[in-house]
Amino acid sequence: MIRLEKRPQPSRAWSMATPLVAVIATMIVGGLLFAALGKPPVEAIRTIFWEPLFGEFSFYYRPQLLVKGAPLVLIAIGLSLGFRAGIWNIGAEGQYIMGAIFGAGAGLAFYPSESFLIFPFMVLAGAFGGWIWAMIPAILKTRFGTNEILVSLMLVYVAEQFLASVSLGLLKNPEGFGFPGSRNLQSWDAAHNAELLTGTGMHWGVVAALIAVIFAYVLLNRHMTGYHIRLTGEAPRAAKFAGVNPTRLVLFCLGTSGALAGLAGLFEVSGPSGQISIDFNVGYGFTAIIVAFLGRLHPVGILLAGGLMALTYIGGDIAQSNLQLPAAAIQVFQGMLLFFLLAFDLLTNFRIAIGKPEVA
Amino acid sequence: MTVPLLSLQGLTKAYPGVVANDTVSFDIGEGEVHALLGENGAGKSTLVKMIYGLVKPDSGKMLLRGQPYEPAEPRQARADGIAMVFQHFSLFDALNVAENIALGMENPPEMRDLAARIREVSETYGLPLDPYRTVGDLSAGERQRVEIIRCLLQDPKLLIMDEPTSVLTPQEVEILFKTLQKLQSEGTSILYISHKLEEIRTLCDHATILRLGKNVGECTPSETSARDMAEMMVGSTLQTPERGSREFGEVAMDISGLSVPAPSAFGTALKNVHLTVRKGEILGIGGVAGNGQDELLGVLSGETLTEPDAVKLHGQPIGKLGPTARRKLGVLAAPEERLGHAAAPDMSLTENAMLTGSVREGLEKNGFLDWGATKDFAERIIKAFDVRTPGPGNAARSLSGGNLQKFVIGREVLQDPDVLVVNQPTWGVDAAAAASIRQSLLDLAAKGAAVICISQDLDELMEISDSFAALNEGRLSAPREAAGLTVDEIGLMMGGAHGMEVAHV
Repeated sequence: MIRLEKRPQPSRAWSMATPLVAVIATMIVGGLLFAALGKPPVEAIRTIFWEPLFGEFSFYYRPQLLVKGAPLVLIAIGLSLGFRAGIWNIGAEGQYIMGAIFGAGAGLAFYPSESFLIFPFMVLAGAFGGWIWAMIPAILKTRFGTNEILVSLMLVYVAEQFLASVSLGLLKNPEGFGFPGSRNLQSWDAAHNAELLTGTGMHWGVVAALIAVIFAYVLLNRHMTGYHIRLTGEAPRAAKFAGVNPTRLVLFCLGTSGALAGLAGLFEVSGPSGQISIDFNVGYGFTAIIVAFLGRLHPVGILLAGGLMALTYIGGDIAQSNLQLPAAAIQVFQGMLLFFLLAFDLLTNFRIAIGKPEVA
Repeated sequence: MTVPLLSLQGLTKAYPGVVANDTVSFDIGEGEVHALLGENGAGKSTLVKMIYGLVKPDSGKMLLRGQPYEPAEPRQARADGIAMVFQHFSLFDALNVAENIALGMENPPEMRDLAARIREVSETYGLPLDPYRTVGDLSAGERQRVEIIRCLLQDPKLLIMDEPTSVLTPQEVEILFKTLQKLQSEGTSILYISHKLEEIRTLCDHATILRLGKNVGECTPSETSARDMAEMMVGSTLQTPERGSREFGEVAMDISGLSVPAPSAFGTALKNVHLTVRKGEILGIGGVAGNGQDELLGVLSGETLTEPDAVKLHGQPIGKLGPTARRKLGVLAAPEERLGHAAAPDMSLTENAMLTGSVREGLEKNGFLDWGATKDFAERIIKAFDVRTPGPGNAARSLSGGNLQKFVIGREVLQDPDVLVVNQPTWGVDAAAAASIRQSLLDLAAKGAAVICISQDLDELMEISDSFAALNEGRLSAPREAAGLTVDEIGLMMGGAHGMEVAHV
């Protein structure tokens, strides 16, 4: 009989190896899936993982990796802090929207000024927008004990309604011939989050994501707040004994993740997207949850996971158009990755033993 | 020559890295009360689990009345007339007594018939128990009765009892002993596991002593001194902690008129607690588990906040200060639950040293952590308290209970507290290590610290405390000088027999 035995302490080797093993397992099972659909499996896997990086058109896809990866990493870093402490912000999508609205709104209020202060002001306003949206579940939780999962999630739908409302009203482009959506920030230099180096996809959001990774790493490993976050996640009673103030921790974690999601929204609206519109949000806030777990809530892991996720998105798109793979198959493929990661993750804390179970 | 009821011959059981039982042999006669003595980790539990069919021996055999006996599972052991009362009860708080008992039976009879049988058995053996009471409302002693009656309904030939008195007041122990003696007089054999030597001397006919998995000797308890038995258990001469005579200083900590509601449905409310402890004094607080010990520790450590004036340190109100602020002032605590409360299981010992050490050991500057200094601190604890571990990088959960306990106590003692509160400081720790922990508490008091020691081990409290009080249903009895207290007086302070009827056997 096969059974699982708890390891006396977590295995470091497995904790490093699981992401790699999961990717390999996904390739194998994904290949079988594509073969079953009558597509060449090796070709399909190669298209997804190789084409965007080193293929013929990689000059176009590589910048796209940064553009797609940056918001995922930025949001996931914020979420991971809370997840580590058992504080579940599921509403990053809403905070992302509010960050974009606040940031774009703050900029557009000064249109058509060309002051160099406008973009920094928009960045602050974007972070504030995400932060304030996250403060709603935070304060409801700390004051009235509501469940932050439900409140933050439902606020996503409120934010979407709000987005539609400002696209049609408050922020609508007066010169837009009545179409919904704000002015295009790309064509207003003072507010444009342009590429820092042309053709690389490198914009301020990518810089912010890298800074966030370093910030989170230092926080978790070298700072008391980070230590308290980890302690709360691992042993809530021990955290209380250590003197952790749970209220402050909830406010900090939700606030930080909200602000980072807001920043991601602002960099998106002022850069790659360009304008506030009804369909501005495309699910980065939800995908970031997967990225956070795929990166095992570790800052460096999240950086890699964000890259991998962006890769499968772009590679998946290429596979759809080149090989006529159905979109659903790509989604299954991406889901498989998370599934295998969580499954192999078990081996960090458990080992497989073969034999008769015994009560020790 | 009579055939023994159960004969163990060369039982061996090894786990990875440790031989739990090494060719253990002994016999249990019909109608005999047989003691199994040994320190924590000596292999007592593994041995009885083999008898009860929970664990299969690697080699050796067992004979039940001369017939080979190889229980594959507890059900078979029960069918062969072997019953066991575990140290930790497996009862559902929300169900009543009869329902709990029915759950453990193969073919439970009608509830009405079962209740009648429970009444009958409980009265025969002097363990009065109402079958319709909810288990959540019962005291620890009454819960144990439920477990015992559950066993007696099977009419066992051998009753195994694992540390049965650790949750009882002295009066409750007396009732239990009368029951056991009655069972014995009816021909039931009892295998009695304990490390309380005086108990064994009064109750048992014969004792087998285990040390490191081996049978190291047998004796007749009534003819052997407790000290000799203890030395057989430990394998060396016991160091009795030394207490010099001490001068008490001014009042260090002072609690007056403190009441705190119960934190959860099955928690205990503290009711009008008064307590003072002076510099250099050790205040022992006894009581059966679940009478407010955890809650009292929470109030002292700062996990539970109260009115400012309810808790005072050197006359200053500190009731509203949290754990970190109290540590800064010199009030340290070591909770009972090691994994998850005193220490985070998956974190390394270094990280766990940070848990309470950050303020007083200067491991934090402007919010940034000094891991180098923390590792040094963890290493100092490991060295000073002889914690057996490959190094401070190991996870807390990889340590044995006793070793982690040494780490947890050492972490607080080395921080040089003004007031130290410990809950069950030597629970699960072997005798030699327990003696060194007690010695460190005495040394701390000798240096002028005030120590509050909450414990269920009365021998321990008598050994180290200067004054003694007991918790009973969240009330703290008035403290009395420890020297000269009798067992009866202590028992009454602990709530006597908790309103349980005294047995009429």
